[in-house]
Amino acid sequence: MLFTSYAFIGFAALLLLLYYALPKKVQWPLLLIASWIFYLAAGVENIVYILTTTLTTFLAAIEIENLARKQKDYLKEHKEFTREEKKEYKESQKKIRLRWVAACIVLNLAILAVVKYSNFFVENVNGILRSAGSEKRLSFLSIALPLGISFYTFQSIGYLVDVYRGTVEAQRNFFKFALFTSFFPALVQGPINRYGDLSRTLYEPHSYDSKTVSYGLQRVLWGYFKKMVIADRVLAGVVTIVGDVGTYNGAYVFAGMFLYTLQLYADFTGGIDITIGLSESLGITVKENFDRPYFSKSLKEYWRRWHISMCSWFRDYLFYPVSISKPMQKLLKFSKEHFGDKFGKRVPVYLSSFIVWFATGLWHGASWNFIVWGLCNWAVLMISEELEPLYDRFHKRFPGYSGTWVKIFQVARTFMLVCIMNLFDCYHSISETLQAFGSMFTASNWNVLYDGSLLNIGLSMLDYVILAVGTIIMFTASMLQRKRPLRDSIAELSYPLRFTIFFGIFLIILLMGAYGVGYDSSQFIYNQF
Amino acid sequence: MTKKRKAIRIIVSLLIVVISLFFLQRLLVPKYVDDIIEGAFIKEFYDEENKDFNLIFLGDCEVYENFSPQVLWDEYGINSYIRGSADQYIWQSYYLLEDTLRYTKPEAVVFNVLSMQFDESQREAYNRMSLEGMEWSSAKVKAILASMKEDEHFLDYVFPILRYHSRWSELNEGDIRYMFDTKRVSNNGYYMRVDTRPAKDVPVGRPLNDYSFGENAWKYLDMMRELCEKENIELILIKAPSLYPYWYEEYEKQIDDYAEKYNLRYYNFLELGDETKINYDTDTYDGGLHMNLKGATKLSEYFGRILSEDVGLTNLRGDAELERIWDENRAEYEADKEAQYQLYGIKEGT
Amino acid sequence: MEELLDILKDLHPDVDFETEEHLIDDGILDSMDIVSLISEISENFDVSVTARDIIPDNFNSAQALYAMIERLEDED
Repeated sequence: MLFTSYAFIGFAALLLLLYYALPKKVQWPLLLIASWIFYLAAGVENIVYILTTTLTTFLAAIEIENLARKQKDYLKEHKEFTREEKKEYKESQKKIRLRWVAACIVLNLAILAVVKYSNFFVENVNGILRSAGSEKRLSFLSIALPLGISFYTFQSIGYLVDVYRGTVEAQRNFFKFALFTSFFPALVQGPINRYGDLSRTLYEPHSYDSKTVSYGLQRVLWGYFKKMVIADRVLAGVVTIVGDVGTYNGAYVFAGMFLYTLQLYADFTGGIDITIGLSESLGITVKENFDRPYFSKSLKEYWRRWHISMCSWFRDYLFYPVSISKPMQKLLKFSKEHFGDKFGKRVPVYLSSFIVWFATGLWHGASWNFIVWGLCNWAVLMISEELEPLYDRFHKRFPGYSGTWVKIFQVARTFMLVCIMNLFDCYHSISETLQAFGSMFTASNWNVLYDGSLLNIGLSMLDYVILAVGTIIMFTASMLQRKRPLRDSIAELSYPLRFTIFFGIFLIILLMGAYGVGYDSSQFIYNQF
Repeated sequence: MTKKRKAIRIIVSLLIVVISLFFLQRLLVPKYVDDIIEGAFIKEFYDEENKDFNLIFLGDCEVYENFSPQVLWDEYGINSYIRGSADQYIWQSYYLLEDTLRYTKPEAVVFNVLSMQFDESQREAYNRMSLEGMEWSSAKVKAILASMKEDEHFLDYVFPILRYHSRWSELNEGDIRYMFDTKRVSNNGYYMRVDTRPAKDVPVGRPLNDYSFGENAWKYLDMMRELCEKENIELILIKAPSLYPYWYEEYEKQIDDYAEKYNLRYYNFLELGDETKINYDTDTYDGGLHMNLKGATKLSEYFGRILSEDVGLTNLRGDAELERIWDENRAEYEADKEAQYQLYGIKEGT
Repeated sequence: MEELLDILKDLHPDVDFETEEHLIDDGILDSMDIVSLISEISENFDVSVTARDIIPDNFNSAQALYAMIERLEDED
């Protein structure tokens, strides 16, 4: 069920109705049933994967918590222990718990690796075999990617680690835990929820509150606007340009780069708006995943504001544990001795970042261009980190160099950087990306930007007008959001005015949405992750 | 705010939404009046003041462009209507028969067998033209379900605005003029053309891998036959004299066998050229695909005699109400003819 | 405390760590700062900060940081 299908809209409407009509104590069970129906609709056989992950994580978490409790009780009983004895006992217990965590994580990552990455692995092995002159080839596996597998696997791992760290209590009701892993609004394309955040509102009874429901649905409407009027419309142009790098080179790449960035933004943030809005109307708080990312002044800031749930997941569960691990501390000592204090200090951090960005690239897709995309981000971040002292000196010498125009320049620069790096994301291979990227610099076809050639890539003049107006509306809404939530401002308007706004947006989606016969129902870009 | 005011507010809002969506939908759906008038044929049937027809034609363009009910009435007193539309598939013909039977029980039903070659709907546009005009009934629901292609949705038929939502960029004057009003575009389902384009170099059908009709097509032919048997209606199969789409020997044999097996009359007008006197130099308007008025008149005169003498359809001439209706029809028929002669710049009889 | 403030000052000379209470929330300390901070702390205070300790509440101000260090010293 895609968010933009009639089936999903009907499904969500029915759920909302039942959710508030039935007794409050069946609200969360109803959500679980709905989530499982949603999941089964995507393929019955896939349920095995999510159930395995849910069950193993559920049991491991309880075991870990029980062990931790036992340790506490044991220490209480043995007050006579010396400090050293205590420490030794704690360490040994910690190792046992850690083994549970590791076993569970390895199992679930293995499932993810097999279904998502085995063909990537086969491809690479075959490539090596070919270049080694061998006739042997591994055969590809045909496993359909289970819906949301990356999301629920990461959510489960996060939960397990949190229980191990003692920051959340283990959920001892299997069905409640199953709701956390299969919560359907976030299954298709995230965000990656944290148990500690989501569980606060997921299970408690919610009474009908017209403001909450209305605010939630407003957000859903806004999400559909972004997705259907902008993202799905611009898709045709992106597909044309990306599909034939030989024909559409130079200036076309330049145009395609912006079209893709527009599509990615409208599609992804629109989808998340639908997720958060729908959850909100059910009384459930899902954490924000975006913070107006294209207004970032640096790449570092961009990655704090784009796909926040993924970035913070990698930070908390990969970057920190790796960078402060014992091997890294050893490396720190070593590099400090050999590269001096200043730079040596940063070596372990850069290495940890490298691992994180490699993983981030891999997360986006089982393909080398995503990995290169991740490492590009890493390289830019590291270079700007190294250049920081230079900036500082510059700013000290030219203290007047700040203010609105400088900020606009920084935002534009960051935006361009993101656009260019996203080329790796939209082309199908590294060689195509490099070919497209290179052609921008040797291009002699800049006339296509204004001689009407852009009308032949599957977008008509009318499409461009709608896209332009839509983008302006999105941009304006973003600017207005800076001061206070837009929905609060709208809530203060008179009823007829509010009604006009909402019905107007609805009509715009109805009339200008790219849906139905004649439009390919495009999948969410993030659907497969 | 009082409860009453709140209730009024909700009701008014809902009314505005429903009414404006209704108007928008009327505005956006294609009207099929000024162009592609074939799309309006199915709907026109319901506007007939007397639907008590004793003959119903079912099929695609090979019926609605090749037979003239006016000639059938004038010559043989047969009160007929053509329920045909572009590329109408057999399941659509079948459900249109079910639909028609809600209003009348004809003596005979004529089905043109060309559509047997399709086992599933080919194009969404043709589905639309055949189905949209139908009145809502269980027959329509079943027809839609039987016709939908993979990427179509039932809801799009219930609320056509969902299908035509982006037509706002191509609206014209006609969309406003015929928003609620409509104009009769056919003569009892007949699509008249008076111009001529001789049939030349008609391509021979290229060999197919498999000539046998599909299971689905046979299923609906069986259903059609059984329904007619049950209602005591004579089912007559025909193949119109259109040279293209190519009618293969192998097709002919299957229909022949079927007709023989169930004791049905079957007329292949492609093989009856000597009797019908169709002249492919003067009697078609598009090089042999469809008859022009001349061809349709010849064909109707010939087929009318069969229907009247062999099948024994009642001659209804003399019925005062029907005479009046057909007088009106004739006036329109003649006016349409005149208009077309003007349009194509030809004199009658040439 | 003095020692801690010195470490912090070394990291960001332009920040007044004695009064600032939203080091994480306001994005003054990023993940890299935190990692170097932790390695400095483990070196100077003989405590081991683990990933579980890296939560905004522990890093938002110099006081909070110091409280965390004392707690960790206690636990060992």
